[in-house]
Amino acid sequence: MQEWASQLCENRQFGSKMTDSKYFTTTKKGEIFELKAELNSDKKEKKKEAVKKVIASMTVGKDVSALFPDVVNCMQTDNLELKKLVYLYLMNYAKSQPDMAIMAVNTFVKDCEDPNPLIRALAVRTMGCIRVDKITEYLCEPLRKCLKDEDPYVRKTAAVCVAKLHDINAQLVEDQGFLDTLKDLISDSNPMVVANAVAALSEIAESHPNSNLLDLNPQTINKLLTALNECTEWGQIFILDCLANYTPRDDRESQSICERVTPRLSHANSAVVLSAVKVLMKFMEMLPKDLDYYGTLLKKLAPPLVTLLSAEPELQYVALRNINLIVQRRPEILKHEMKVFFVKYNDPIYVKLEKLDIMIRLASQANIAQVLAELKEYATEVDVDFVRKAVRAIGRCAIKVEQSAERCVSTLLDLIQTKVNYVVQEAIVVIKDIFRKYPNKYESVIATLCENLDSLDEPEARAAMIWIVGEYAERIDNADELLESFLEGFHDESTQVQLQLLTAIVKLFLKKPTETQELVQQVLSLATQDSDNPDLRDRGYIYWRLLSTDPVAAKEVVLAEKPLISEETDLIEPTLLEELICHIGTLASVYHKPPSAFVEGSRGVQHKRLPGSAGSGESVESPDTGSAAGVSDAPPAVIPSQGDLLGDLLNLDLTPPATTGPPPPATSGMQLGAMDLLGGGLDSLLGGDLGGSSAMGAGFGAPPAAPAASFSAPVSGGLDDLFDLGGGVGMPMGAYSPPKTVWLPAMKGKGLEISGTFARRAGVIQMEMTLTNKAMSVMTDFAIQFNRNSFGLAPAGPLQVLTPLSPNQSIEVTLPLNTVGPVMKMDPLNNLQVAVKNNIDVFYFSCQYPISMLFVEDGKMERQVFLATWKDISNDNEAQFQIKDCHLSSDAVSNKLQGSNIFTIAKRTVDGQDMLYQSTKLSNGIWVLAELRVQTGNPTFTVCLKCRAPEVSQCVFQSYDAVLKN
Amino acid sequence: MLVSLLMLCWSVDFFSSSKPTTVLITVPAEMINSLFLISHSGDIFLEKHWKSVISRSVCDYFLEAKEKAGDPENVAPVLQTPHHYLISIYRGKLFFLSVTQTEVPPLFVIEFLHRVADTFQDYFGDCSEVLIKENTVTVYELLEEMLDNGFPLATESNVLKEMIRPPTILRSVVNTLTGGSNVGGTLPTGQLSNVPWRRAGVKYTNNEAYFDVIEEIDAILDKSGTTVFAEIQGVIEACVKLTGMPDLTLSFMNPRLLDDVSFHPCVRFKRWESEHVLSFIPPDGNFRLMSYHVSSQNLVAIPVYVKQNISFLETGSCGRLDITIGPKQTMGKTVESLMVTIPMPKSVLSVNLTATQGTYTFDLTTKVVLWDVGKLNPQKLPNLRGSISIQTGAPKPEENPSINIDMKLQQLAISGLKVSRLDMYGEKYKPFKGVKYVTKAGKFQVRT
Repeated sequence: MQEWASQLCENRQFGSKMTDSKYFTTTKKGEIFELKAELNSDKKEKKKEAVKKVIASMTVGKDVSALFPDVVNCMQTDNLELKKLVYLYLMNYAKSQPDMAIMAVNTFVKDCEDPNPLIRALAVRTMGCIRVDKITEYLCEPLRKCLKDEDPYVRKTAAVCVAKLHDINAQLVEDQGFLDTLKDLISDSNPMVVANAVAALSEIAESHPNSNLLDLNPQTINKLLTALNECTEWGQIFILDCLANYTPRDDRESQSICERVTPRLSHANSAVVLSAVKVLMKFMEMLPKDLDYYGTLLKKLAPPLVTLLSAEPELQYVALRNINLIVQRRPEILKHEMKVFFVKYNDPIYVKLEKLDIMIRLASQANIAQVLAELKEYATEVDVDFVRKAVRAIGRCAIKVEQSAERCVSTLLDLIQTKVNYVVQEAIVVIKDIFRKYPNKYESVIATLCENLDSLDEPEARAAMIWIVGEYAERIDNADELLESFLEGFHDESTQVQLQLLTAIVKLFLKKPTETQELVQQVLSLATQDSDNPDLRDRGYIYWRLLSTDPVAAKEVVLAEKPLISEETDLIEPTLLEELICHIGTLASVYHKPPSAFVEGSRGVQHKRLPGSAGSGESVESPDTGSAAGVSDAPPAVIPSQGDLLGDLLNLDLTPPATTGPPPPATSGMQLGAMDLLGGGLDSLLGGDLGGSSAMGAGFGAPPAAPAASFSAPVSGGLDDLFDLGGGVGMPMGAYSPPKTVWLPAMKGKGLEISGTFARRAGVIQMEMTLTNKAMSVMTDFAIQFNRNSFGLAPAGPLQVLTPLSPNQSIEVTLPLNTVGPVMKMDPLNNLQVAVKNNIDVFYFSCQYPISMLFVEDGKMERQVFLATWKDISNDNEAQFQIKDCHLSSDAVSNKLQGSNIFTIAKRTVDGQDMLYQSTKLSNGIWVLAELRVQTGNPTFTVCLKCRAPEVSQCVFQSYDAVLKN
Repeated sequence: MLVSLLMLCWSVDFFSSSKPTTVLITVPAEMINSLFLISHSGDIFLEKHWKSVISRSVCDYFLEAKEKAGDPENVAPVLQTPHHYLISIYRGKLFFLSVTQTEVPPLFVIEFLHRVADTFQDYFGDCSEVLIKENTVTVYELLEEMLDNGFPLATESNVLKEMIRPPTILRSVVNTLTGGSNVGGTLPTGQLSNVPWRRAGVKYTNNEAYFDVIEEIDAILDKSGTTVFAEIQGVIEACVKLTGMPDLTLSFMNPRLLDDVSFHPCVRFKRWESEHVLSFIPPDGNFRLMSYHVSSQNLVAIPVYVKQNISFLETGSCGRLDITIGPKQTMGKTVESLMVTIPMPKSVLSVNLTATQGTYTFDLTTKVVLWDVGKLNPQKLPNLRGSISIQTGAPKPEENPSINIDMKLQQLAISGLKVSRLDMYGEKYKPFKGVKYVTKAGKFQVRT
């Protein structure tokens, strides 16, 4: 406050008599009192001046709420300026004075009827801003009128007001039917009204993820595209962002939308440009790559992106973050534009760093010379962060463009010669990476590196140097001396360096065992006895035991050949990249994180995916093969993040590959057992780590169900069991797949007969069909489409019928499916409506898929979770079924079910009755828990299913029945 | 063709049997909650909230980032705090800091903030702390008019000016005497027509239309004088004062030059695509008709060359500087207002130089050598040379300073762009017409 006062005084001297600063002069005690008197003055002019003074105080954060009634009294006036000022005041203080605000309601209602549209709009706008519950009920009638006002200015203001009201009282807005009125405004004749309606609906939709507010169909899209040409720049942004959420029906629609959006690329407002880029990048996915228009579009995208880089630095920054995504997805767009990313010395640092990143992404054999020359230039700049990144970039170039590696290394050596401390350290860190990519190629530089040993004071550089010494110990004569010198200050080093030192000395010992025994003893005791860092200690012990039990094995382990590091470890993971491309222009694209990761209260933020291409053979699962091939011949290998790795381990495919027919019966049982042991062990190990200690006990100790089946069966000796064992071993243990049935008889298909079945193989759902041509003419141009269905099944790629189907010919087609399609509940649940097209006609048929193919591989629940969940699900959701005439032992049962991803978690035997507890997870995340009762000698089993979505129980039971009987 | 048509029919047909497909969407709602104006020293001197009030303590995150960045120009424009996002621009030594709570397109916010700054500049002549404080009430009215519930409302300057009249000394006097107001009482006419950028009923006694073609050369030259990178950023600024609703067509001698353009919304894009002419109903007054970009793909003429040698001795804490500038590709025009800026390394203590032409200054705090050369005389090339002294004991500077060049060439668009004619339709009178060309140096840097 003090500060403010002094500023205001200062201001007083500056301000001439005619400016608003005079309103700041009254900072005395009786200020409020004085203002009150002035507000109640008879003179209009005095009143207005007083309100201005009040507003001025408000802007700097002073509390003038005490004047509320006096200011509200000034509201009834013909003077528009005074009215506006009062409205300004009201918006600020209404919340703290709700009772007083009601006093103003009448004036608002009156103003909503004013002949001047400006006043009508102003009134409805202000009313919406008064965030007081009580006022909302009075707002409804005027708002309804204004939404249908003859003047578009009033309508567009009212549209925004609906969003405001929704924020205060969502229920009211729904009850009053304002949402429908708003939807109608999308078809308004005035483009500005359309734009505001879209904006308002978008805002409301955000807090209402499950309402179908913006109903996007070809008709509305057409309206939006028309409005796009005529509305203001801001409206264009709203509309483009809305368009980006639409999924075109096919490539033609997608092309026609693209054609109508491209003119926006020449807009002066960069936000419009970027939103248009988003729409184009997304819809381009649908265009066949061989289409001429596809190439045209690619060419059109480059210039606007380059232009964004000549805007203000803040805009440049956002543009660069987005370009970073775009060049990863479609490097061909900007591959000739390397130079615009060259750094100018007076660019802000945040722009410099981003440009550098993109330069590396665009680096290729064609331009590497230029890039290197630039990077070398940057390495002599002033800004330390930037210089470091530039040096690192040289290393990344070496790894990315193989032909340039040699030049990069010599550039780095030049930089090391500068002896600038941080440059040298950065260079050593990247040279380590170059060694990892091109082993046995550049080791001649080690001598130069060793000269700089003493100047390294950063842990990362020290660790890198130690790694190099350890890795190439046999070529460095004094490796032991060098490492020994590091060892002296072992305890002062950071953990990173300590760990590296430990490993390096062990490597050295394995390479030159005779001279370094003492050294290795020393480091092992330092690491294990004198350190309290658990990582270091554990690693020390592991090495120690390895070395003491079996030095040969130790050598094999420690000096094993390591995989080369991947080309670009810093690429964004493809699915995330896809999602981010859908969010171009948003904060997500700036942070390179999905919105769900950081948007607070992101109710129902959906993961967006790019649409699959229709014409090209590119499937949704591998969308980047085409674009990746643009930069490098080999698709870039991405090291998965920790989380993914864990996921992958858990997802270990336990079912043996069943695609090639039944495996040889003799080995199959054993194989399965071995795999299971691994699977079970891993599961429980991980489970133990995550969940707690009790699961650990079950880890290696208790053998999982499957091997028990193979080994214990002969012991129990029952005839049934023996029979079962034989049956169990001789069968393909993949997921159950029903035999093919005829889906489309030739009669209905104008000669095309389709029979098929569904299967789950190696985690992929497949639709396997036999197409038979029973007509007289050749059939071509096959395509398939699914209607929306209960689990969102959709073709993961186009139907691959490459050759025309001649009369009397049959063809087997396998169509991989995914579960990310649109969802609609079907009856029965597993019903699927399919349309198949060929050159003759379109045919529709429906079929039912076994729900077991939706059972995912990671459907094994942890014991404790199972128990808790079982208790948690209410008994109403429990369903009991009988499986009759099943002659299997309980172990054979669990064995068989596991093949279809129904996992047995526990087994209990009570009174000669085996109880199996099992879990299954559906592709949409629904868990089904089961208790299966098997009475020895009784062919009827009882299965009891519990699930939070009880409607799936019937289908799941059918799967049990089918799996067990086949 | 037939097949794909069939495909289209089929999809529609197929889905018409089921319920109409609805697509669930969550669009980021573009919303700006609050705006804070912060001086470059870190004082928050104005706040405006469009939704609920957000405490100004949220600015602390920004001030912290500003502290860390050192130079105010280096503050990252997008910051994330636990509950809000801060998106800011730096204009005229002021930070415009907007606070949002939801996912919003940052470019949208940044563009809007620049628009706010432009509007202040337009209204008050400059966008400075003093002027904004002097006009707080007008500023408040403007902000209220520009944004409603976080949605931009009126950002076109001519629309705003009809609703809120810019303060002038004369009007203030008149208003105080007569009790008149500076708020317009009627709906701005441009707001709703399909030419929202132009108001109706414009009248002038002198009808005139002037166009300035301004090109800036952005270039990086390396030590030896070879061009590392060069491009041209061009704009056409217009000043159009014409009565009624004129419809103008501007055509170029060589429109093919322009492959990367952005237009004022008034330009009809279709005409440009088909005929390469600019056809438009102009806004009233000053506006930017188009900007264009002649890319690095094309050859860019570099008007001057720089012969330079800046070296620091390994010992003895001193160095030498020798710069000569000469004309290169000037297309027969004179290089004027030539100015050379050299930011010296921080360890430089002083310089002792002689300029054969113009004057030089050395700023002791920023360590910048500024050499104001003036006109470039091809007969007698300007030269600046002398010695540099470095703090005793300081090591030889690691970085090489860059040389920044400013210059101007009148009556020349360096890209070669030429306007061929301007035609007016829709009105009967004959306007005065004029086109001016000028080429300037943009970010023109010579590395040493």
